[in-house]
Amino acid sequence: MTQPIISVEGLEKTFTLHVQGGAVLPVLKDVNLAVQPGECVVLHGPSGAGKSSLLRSMYANYLPQAGRILVRHRDRTVDLLKADPHVVLDIRRWTIGFVSQFLRAIPRVPTLDIVAEPLRARGIDDEAARTRAGELLDRLQIPERMWSLSPVTFSGGEQQRVNIARSFTAPFPVLLLDEPTAALDAENRARVVELIHQAKDRGAAIIGIFHDREVREAVADRYFTMEAYGAAA
Amino acid sequence: MTAAASPLAGYNFAYLDEQTKRMIRRAILKAVAVPGYQVPFGSREMPLPYGWGTGGIQVTASIIGRDDVLKVIDQGADDTTNAVSIRQFFARTAGVATTEHTPDASIIQTRHRIPETPLSDDQILVYQVPIPEPLRWIEPRETETRKMHALAEYGVMHVKLYEDIARFGQINTSYNYPVLVNHRYLMAPSPIPKFDNPKMNRMRALQLFGAGREKRIYAVPPFTRVESLDFEDYPFEVQHWDHVCALCGAADSYLDEVITDDHGGRMFICSDSDYCAGRRERGHVGPQETVRFGSDAAE
Amino acid sequence: MTDTETTPPLLEVEDLTRLYGSRVGCQNVRFSLWPGEIVGIVGESGSGKTTLLNCLSASLEPTSGSVYYRDRLDRRLDLWRLSESERRMLMRTDWGIVHQNPRDGLRMDVSAGANIGERLMAVGARHYGDIRAEAGTWMRRVEIELDRIDDRPTSFSGGMQQRLQIARNLVSKPRLIFMDEPTGGLDVSVQARLLDLLRGLVTDLGLSAVVVTHDLAVTRLLAHRLMVMRRGEVVEHGLTDQVLDDPQHPYTQLLVSSILQT
Repeated sequence: MTQPIISVEGLEKTFTLHVQGGAVLPVLKDVNLAVQPGECVVLHGPSGAGKSSLLRSMYANYLPQAGRILVRHRDRTVDLLKADPHVVLDIRRWTIGFVSQFLRAIPRVPTLDIVAEPLRARGIDDEAARTRAGELLDRLQIPERMWSLSPVTFSGGEQQRVNIARSFTAPFPVLLLDEPTAALDAENRARVVELIHQAKDRGAAIIGIFHDREVREAVADRYFTMEAYGAAA
Repeated sequence: MTAAASPLAGYNFAYLDEQTKRMIRRAILKAVAVPGYQVPFGSREMPLPYGWGTGGIQVTASIIGRDDVLKVIDQGADDTTNAVSIRQFFARTAGVATTEHTPDASIIQTRHRIPETPLSDDQILVYQVPIPEPLRWIEPRETETRKMHALAEYGVMHVKLYEDIARFGQINTSYNYPVLVNHRYLMAPSPIPKFDNPKMNRMRALQLFGAGREKRIYAVPPFTRVESLDFEDYPFEVQHWDHVCALCGAADSYLDEVITDDHGGRMFICSDSDYCAGRRERGHVGPQETVRFGSDAAE
Repeated sequence: MTDTETTPPLLEVEDLTRLYGSRVGCQNVRFSLWPGEIVGIVGESGSGKTTLLNCLSASLEPTSGSVYYRDRLDRRLDLWRLSESERRMLMRTDWGIVHQNPRDGLRMDVSAGANIGERLMAVGARHYGDIRAEAGTWMRRVEIELDRIDDRPTSFSGGMQQRLQIARNLVSKPRLIFMDEPTGGLDVSVQARLLDLLRGLVTDLGLSAVVVTHDLAVTRLLAHRLMVMRRGEVVEHGLTDQVLDDPQHPYTQLLVSSILQT
């Protein structure tokens, strides 16, 4: 059995809302999850169960109160929660990719450049990065005439496709997907499923939240069920 | 040459008291030891206002001795009002011999020119300096300019030259052209025309600079390297004329343009009056002509 | 693919404190900055962020604590043990400082080209044509039209002045830039353009930067990491998106909830 590429151990996350009188919101308690390369784990559970919080914690976007998140990065095992900031940034550049539900678009930046950015961050030159970005935009059916425009004026679905293209240009060993297909039609959902399958085939570990049952069933290797304030494997 | 005479009674030799001369000489020694570096000194009240050469006079007064022969020029001429006044001042307070003939002088005090005749090892050239700080135009703070000199932060001087080229197509500074002394200190040579700058380089005579109002003395010892700042692709150039001196025919001296009438008539004449007179004595004759407006002027 | 885990930090700050008599400017600040990182320092007026920036950029001597900088020769220099001339040299060659008011960072009475070329001339560049060409290259990079190369900054708009200031700093290929409210006082659209430019330059040139701002939106766009200051102390620090999306400290939560949109 191969070593898991990412593994969550004893994770605990509680929100303390100081601005609202110090209200305390426990969200995750003693969460344990290990994911193998090439495996797709779907986080499953009711709203408020902490699925998104778990996913974001795995990207170091949320700060857990306790636990470890061990990830295989550059032939080493790193605890994401204890790593220096530059190491976490390096992990986000090379090892863990995150697809959010919505595209956060900066106006004035052309679509092609947004999608090429993760490759540029890896030192790939402009031209090669843009070519590869174009391939993905093609696959997700964003026509070339839109590549030089900023996505701020695109429809929700188009924006999301740009968002997805961006996360699939550079190959990540771990991909975290937070409702990636929510804004998409059936045809494009199918394309995303294809991309996920391809990623799995090359050995990526996928952890995702999918509301769409069809997509879930098409990609999941197993389910990780979460209940409110906790988790059960 | 005017022979030595008894100095005025009631005044110390060369006007300044001995303690002051000592203080100034110490400043001069320090200046000579660090070529191009501005040494502060306790500038005294002199019997003429600031801006009229008090610095130069104090330097001269501190080095002059009974056997010295003094020449004073102002814009190259011995016979202008200021040159005459200063020469008489020393004649009366020191009783020294004075001269207009450059080779005969042991001390030459000058305002804004270097004599055309090359100087020798036993001569001293004393410059009158208005603003000793070459960086003052860009940096008004003394505290900051001192640091810039200490750390040799002179990039900004080239900024000025760059700016000239960008605006005028050439370096437009034609006098008080900044120089680097002994590969180290940036120096203001006083408002001499840039034509004179090359003479400063490795000059045989000792060059002393006095700024009375600003209270600074600096020096360039004999045979010191003095380079005018420039760019590789815009090298330092001196002024040229298309004319020779109307009186003596000299083609190698700095020419003054003298307006002769109201119809654009002018003559080009050597600025260095002694140089011109000497050439004429030796038989050189210039074209003696007035030039009309419309022909080429000095570049 | 360089291994950043073993790369030493570019800047190390240890227990940095600056007092003004009994008043605290900044206190006990400690962090490290690695090559290619942009750290944002946010806080409201009086938080000490500008004091901190000035101590880091060698413009203000700290009361206690140390700042270490790793230079191009990989030497770990204790900033305040260097001689003044070494510090000034560092500031002119390795570092850039972008002031909030571009007039503080420019020579207003010389041309744009001279402003950019000055650092080159300061380290010995002596070919007018080359200096001018390089100034032109940088003007293009900061999106100022080339035909303004001989114009004085007094005739530039605020945004252009700011971009000129940036070019003036970048010409010496610094490794670390300090910016104090780089978009302060600019129109919103001009701000956006400037931030895009900065982001692009930082990526292309592999710069590190410390950016002080009171505007959280600027940090979201520009900074990888964020430090929140209040009354001279750093109350929270972490990756920018984490600090803004999951703020822990009450003050940070207050700041984040106070803005209209992050």
